[in-house]
Amino acid sequence: MIETASTIALAGLTLSAVLCGARLVRGGSFADRIVALDALLVVLVSGIAVQAARTGDGTYLDVLVVAALLGFLGTVTVARFIERRGA
Amino acid sequence: MMIAASVGDTIVSFLLLAGVSLSLLAGIGLQRFPDVFARMHAATKPATLGLVLILVAAALRLSDGGDVVKLLVIAAAQFITAPLGAHMVGRAAHRAGDQMAPDTTVDELARDSEQRSGH
Repeated sequence: MIETASTIALAGLTLSAVLCGARLVRGGSFADRIVALDALLVVLVSGIAVQAARTGDGTYLDVLVVAALLGFLGTVTVARFIERRGA
Repeated sequence: MMIAASVGDTIVSFLLLAGVSLSLLAGIGLQRFPDVFARMHAATKPATLGLVLILVAAALRLSDGGDVVKLLVIAAAQFITAPLGAHMVGRAAHRAGDQMAPDTTVDELARDSEQRSGH
C-alpha cells in the first residue's frame, strides 16, 4: 500500500518539479525565479522524505537538514541583492 | 496486529498523498497565477504544511529515535525560515518595482511607505 502511494507521490512531485522548473526558465521578474527555485527546493526535500518513508531508511535525512537551511540562505541573499539592485 | 499495521499504512499513505497534492498545487499555481505575489502565495504552502505532512509520514515509518529527531529539526527550521524568506522576497519584489496584476485592489505596503515618507 505504501509502495503504491509513494510511487504516486513521487510521480506527483516530478510533475510539480517540472512546473516549477518551467516558471524558473520563463521567469517574469527576478523575484519569480527565486520563488520558483525555492519551491523546487521544497519539492526536492519532499522527494527525499517520501523516499525515506518508502524504504524506512533514514540515511539521507542529513541531506534534508542541510538542503533546508542552505535554501533559506540562498533565498535571503538573492532577495537582498534584488532589493538593492532593483528588478 | 495485522489490523494495526494496515491502519498505520493507510495513515502514512494518506499523509504522503496529502503533502504531495499541496506541492502539485504549488506547481500549478506558479504557472497559472498572474503576478509574483500571487505566485508566492501558492508556492509557500507546501514549504510548511505540505512538507510537515510528509515528514510526519516519514516519522511514522522510521523506527530509529535519532532519525525522528532529525525530522523534527527539519520541520522546526522550515517553520522558522519559510515565512521569513517569503517575507523578504515579497518586500524585495515590491521595492524593486514588480507590477501587481491589474485586478489587485489593495496595496498596503505602498500605502504605508507613502504615509511614512509624508511626515
